[in-house]
Amino acid sequence: MPVDTLNGNKITEAVNAAIERHGASRDELIPILNQVNQTLGYLPADALNQISLRLREPRSSLLGVASFYHMLSTKPRGRHVIQFCESAPCHVVGGREVWEALQEELNLANEETSPDGKWTLITTSCLGICGVGPVIIIDEDVYGNLTADKVPGVLARYN
Amino acid sequence: MKMYRSMVLVSSDPISMQRGAQEVFEQLQAQIKVYGLDEEISLAMIGDVGRHDALPLVIVYPEAVVYGPVTVDDISLLVEEHLYKGRIVTDLQASNRELSGKIAWLNTRKGTLPAEQRIVLQRAGIIDPTSIEEYILKDGYQSLGKVLSELQPVQVIDEIKKSGLRGRGGAGFPTGMKWGFVAKEKAAKKYVICNADESEPGTFKDRLILEGDPHSIIEAMALAAYAVGADEGYIYIRGEYTLAQERLKLAILQAKEMGFLGKGIFGTDFNFELHVHSGAGAYICGEETALLESIEGKRGQPRARPPFPTTSGLFGKPTLVNNVETLANVPPIMLHGATWYRSFGTPSSPGTKVYTILGNVNVTGLIEVPMGITLREVISIYARGMKNGENFKMAQTGGSSGSIIPASLQDTPMDFDSFNKAGVALGSGALLICNEDTCVVDLAKVLLNFFRTESCGKCFPCRIGTQRAWEMLDAIASGQATLKTLDQLADLSQNLYNLSNCGLGQTAGTPLKDILTYFRAEVEAHIRLGVCPAGVCQTKEAVH
Repeated sequence: MPVDTLNGNKITEAVNAAIERHGASRDELIPILNQVNQTLGYLPADALNQISLRLREPRSSLLGVASFYHMLSTKPRGRHVIQFCESAPCHVVGGREVWEALQEELNLANEETSPDGKWTLITTSCLGICGVGPVIIIDEDVYGNLTADKVPGVLARYN
Repeated sequence: MKMYRSMVLVSSDPISMQRGAQEVFEQLQAQIKVYGLDEEISLAMIGDVGRHDALPLVIVYPEAVVYGPVTVDDISLLVEEHLYKGRIVTDLQASNRELSGKIAWLNTRKGTLPAEQRIVLQRAGIIDPTSIEEYILKDGYQSLGKVLSELQPVQVIDEIKKSGLRGRGGAGFPTGMKWGFVAKEKAAKKYVICNADESEPGTFKDRLILEGDPHSIIEAMALAAYAVGADEGYIYIRGEYTLAQERLKLAILQAKEMGFLGKGIFGTDFNFELHVHSGAGAYICGEETALLESIEGKRGQPRARPPFPTTSGLFGKPTLVNNVETLANVPPIMLHGATWYRSFGTPSSPGTKVYTILGNVNVTGLIEVPMGITLREVISIYARGMKNGENFKMAQTGGSSGSIIPASLQDTPMDFDSFNKAGVALGSGALLICNEDTCVVDLAKVLLNFFRTESCGKCFPCRIGTQRAWEMLDAIASGQATLKTLDQLADLSQNLYNLSNCGLGQTAGTPLKDILTYFRAEVEAHIRLGVCPAGVCQTKEAVH
């Protein structure tokens, strides 16, 4: 979903659904943010505002949490998010070549989103799938035992 | 891919050499050729294996048979019988009286493979994890029933103390003692927490337990809660482990329905409620006080200690935090007793350890073996040797906060105390096995990149130190450093250890210390010669 069509209603719906499910309490902040992030693809400023009002917690404190955790994003992301594991176990079995192939194929650097809004490329720490490294995750699909040659084929599965 | 059927090792300490170890080695080499076995059997001289009366020793894997003292005249019989026909030559086996330490321990296995011994993974992959009935059929919730009907909380803690169980999250703290601390706090409300924020690079043992045997964690937490006097618990699972979260949530519902959770469990007055809490992607939340902050809905930044969580933890209440693997040991211990548990592993580190095997080996994956197995055994037996028959250069243990273990330490038993003595750390049980194409500077750079990314930023020694360390390593890798950089790096490693607030910063310097201790020549080559001996780093020379 292109970012600019995110209207206020959608945001309010997402916030209400999350708070209804988890309860309007500070202890539930991370589950709430997680859910809103999943629904909307990221955490727009307006969503944080609304959560702040409902939980009666300062916005600064919410932004502090939202910017702390990797799985939460305060910036819009592409339709498909590629997470590349840059930890040592993937690195020693050929991770670097895969990373170079990804950057070249997508013409993106780390943390960048393609102009057409299709891809976001990010590096991540160990995902716990090291038995089959090097590993990438696209959205929720895991690809293991990757080599540079396999990268174009994997990317072609997404539109 | 080059795999060997057997591996033969000859001791080569000074006494062995004096008693003809070199000749034994050469004779073995010749005889193995005579029988045409040189493609199937690898032969190596190993360093000092300790003081023994039966030197020189010849150790044959995978059976782990110890022969000694071996003379040149014994070789043809040994090769023909054991290596060719596969029969152990009992007459030549060393008597246990003549051996000591690790080798004696190896010998007591009486020529059997150091088999996998599954305690915490006993059901993973065998039962349907979504079925509570299958768990119950395999001894599930028996331990809880037995304890609630027969034992007082203090007896549970005593049994755990007696078992010698030590925390499997990395630090190896005695579990019974920790339980004791929480139990003696007088408070109306206490919590038990399962730390399932497994994020240590290369570690996925907890995921296997959570996904494959979720009820074992619920049962263990109920036992822990009973022992320390808590009535509420949290399982903090990292956000990336969605399947594990689903399995645990389902298991909790099932356990509630059956009355293993909730009020009046097993008809006693013991109550216990359990929640699953998801993380959101932050390595630091595996640090127990950061984990508490995260459950409270805050940034996952470690607290200052003391007070320790056992006194003032979640919402300021006494809190017990245990790792998944630690907890998974609890129900079997309470069911079979501490004496049974102590029959596995070594006296100071009883039980088993789950290791993940990764890197340049033929078979990667997960094993659960008694404590005290050696790296050489792991590589040759479980990993089926190095990929393409390459040489083993080093292993990185316990994820990023573990140590870099050089090949010279591959015969050191992997238990908490032996590793401590050798100055390295066992960590969380990841074994990243590297061949000679891996550059130590490049590897350290990757490790430090991890730390600078994952540093929470609360205390400056870690926030700035990890960044500076990475910059220095980058300078070394690109041939822009001087020898002075190495001194600064050594200082920085020490400062990180001394000054950081939590384990992340304290251990971030370990790879720096290790590469300077064990691989100094290789690091200096980047600076003095401007080349990377492993051919990985693009030094200045290479760029020009």
